Amino acid sequence: MSHKLRGKVAIVGAADTEVGVLPGRTPMELCVEVALKAIADAGLKKSDVDGLLTCNSMAQPLMYHAESMAEYLQIFPRYCMAVGAGGGTTFTAIHHAASAIATGMADVIVIAMADSMRSGLSREQALQVQASTGHPEFEQPYGPTVPAYYALIAQAHMAEFGTTQEQLAAIAVSTRAHAARNPAAQMRDLITVEDVMTSRMIADPLHLLDCSLVSDGGSAIVMCSAERAADLPHDPVYIMGAGEGHSHEHISAARSLTTSAAKEAGQRAYAMSGLQSSDMDFAQLYDCFTPTVLVELEDLGFCAKGEGGAFVESGALSPNGALPVNTHGGLLSHSHPGNPGSMFALTESVWQLRHAAGERQVPNARHGLVHAQGGIMSSHTALVLSREAT
Amino acid sequence: MSNAELTKILPPDTELSRPFWEGCRANKLRMQHCSGCDRFQFYPRIICSHCESDALSWRTVSGLGHVASFTIVRRGISRAYEAPYTVALIDLEEGPRMMSSVVGCEPEHVAVGDAVEVQFEAWNDDLILPVFCKR
Repeated sequence: MSHKLRGKVAIVGAADTEVGVLPGRTPMELCVEVALKAIADAGLKKSDVDGLLTCNSMAQPLMYHAESMAEYLQIFPRYCMAVGAGGGTTFTAIHHAASAIATGMADVIVIAMADSMRSGLSREQALQVQASTGHPEFEQPYGPTVPAYYALIAQAHMAEFGTTQEQLAAIAVSTRAHAARNPAAQMRDLITVEDVMTSRMIADPLHLLDCSLVSDGGSAIVMCSAERAADLPHDPVYIMGAGEGHSHEHISAARSLTTSAAKEAGQRAYAMSGLQSSDMDFAQLYDCFTPTVLVELEDLGFCAKGEGGAFVESGALSPNGALPVNTHGGLLSHSHPGNPGSMFALTESVWQLRHAAGERQVPNARHGLVHAQGGIMSSHTALVLSREAT
Repeated sequence: MSNAELTKILPPDTELSRPFWEGCRANKLRMQHCSGCDRFQFYPRIICSHCESDALSWRTVSGLGHVASFTIVRRGISRAYEAPYTVALIDLEEGPRMMSSVVGCEPEHVAVGDAVEVQFEAWNDDLILPVFCKR
């Protein structure tokens, strides 16, 4: 296990676009806008940037996405790549960028991602683009939708551990309570477990309010070495640990339906950081559907396997709970513009660790765990972020 | 409504898995068997993913299994798929897990752990898909 990255790299700039329904603006325009905002937030100029990581857009697919963006911005990086790992894209990119800075491949890296899942695709296109994650020969012909894939995980967890639909609903409820405190979130009206349970069934046991949003939006961060970060305007947010785990692509080939490779990702990130789950003041966990949060809480060590239902029912995830989760409102209530989705969990973590999160600030937050997954609980990256590099 | 919306998603024709689909047309469920380690695997691959042997042959399996998990899709992926329908993961007695659908009963009557057996459903003149019913 390499500990060469621990505390060596910092996030020094962060910005989001508006999120929700943003017609008339292309994903590239959103991506450029937010990259420039993040560079300005870092107190830097675009000519300081020598590394650029982006992800492709589903609404505006480009063969050379990162290169197109560099051209648009008229920057000339020495490290330039579009990353594709579905929902896991964001933190896979951060992991790579951290190692690129530590090894001298680049000094100042911008990671910028945006998409227009809401305005740039029809509902049918959005459904089908996402469902293409299924095996073309042996899964897709049966007509699984993305909610259906995750419903298979939920149903297995319910059968194995007695988890209930009400417990899943509690995750949507606590996430919305966070979003209610975030003026930028797309959905801010408080909801109850009953609201979730009476919302339309999409794929049993998942109701409409167990499912994340479909949004337009973009987000960006700037990373550099811890040394350089000391000269920049904001409190640096240090990457103390990073770990990945990859177990399958297709859900029918998963090693387990109820234990994911988030477990290895978390173990690797904690080991590098020297911190544990109990040290985390908040967690931002990938919440494309409520059951992912349940499995991730268990796999990342916040509760024992099978006890996720009781843990979420206790109110732990709520504002002022024992472990505030998705303090910006997550994919369920803040926004979900596709592959860039977890960027908003990252920028939120930066603001939390700068102690600049306003009404939703977790008091004295020192350490946070952020996690994202791509595929169908397939590829996972966990990061431990801290406001101190010691 | 365009024709595309009325056409179900068809598996691409590949040399490797043709014996699987030919088996379905003969109402037989076939899986790759590895003589190197005496295991079945699914989906078909050019090597045994367990022991890396290429000593693979197609064998007809019992078609018996259990529901590992399932869901009822309430909003179909396209208009060609009439909701509600089930999507299920089936653990076959010979070991492999496969995605399929449980048919022949109300979707609400399916449960994790149900014993099922294969049957074959024709989607068009050429394509016959394995589905499962409770036994």
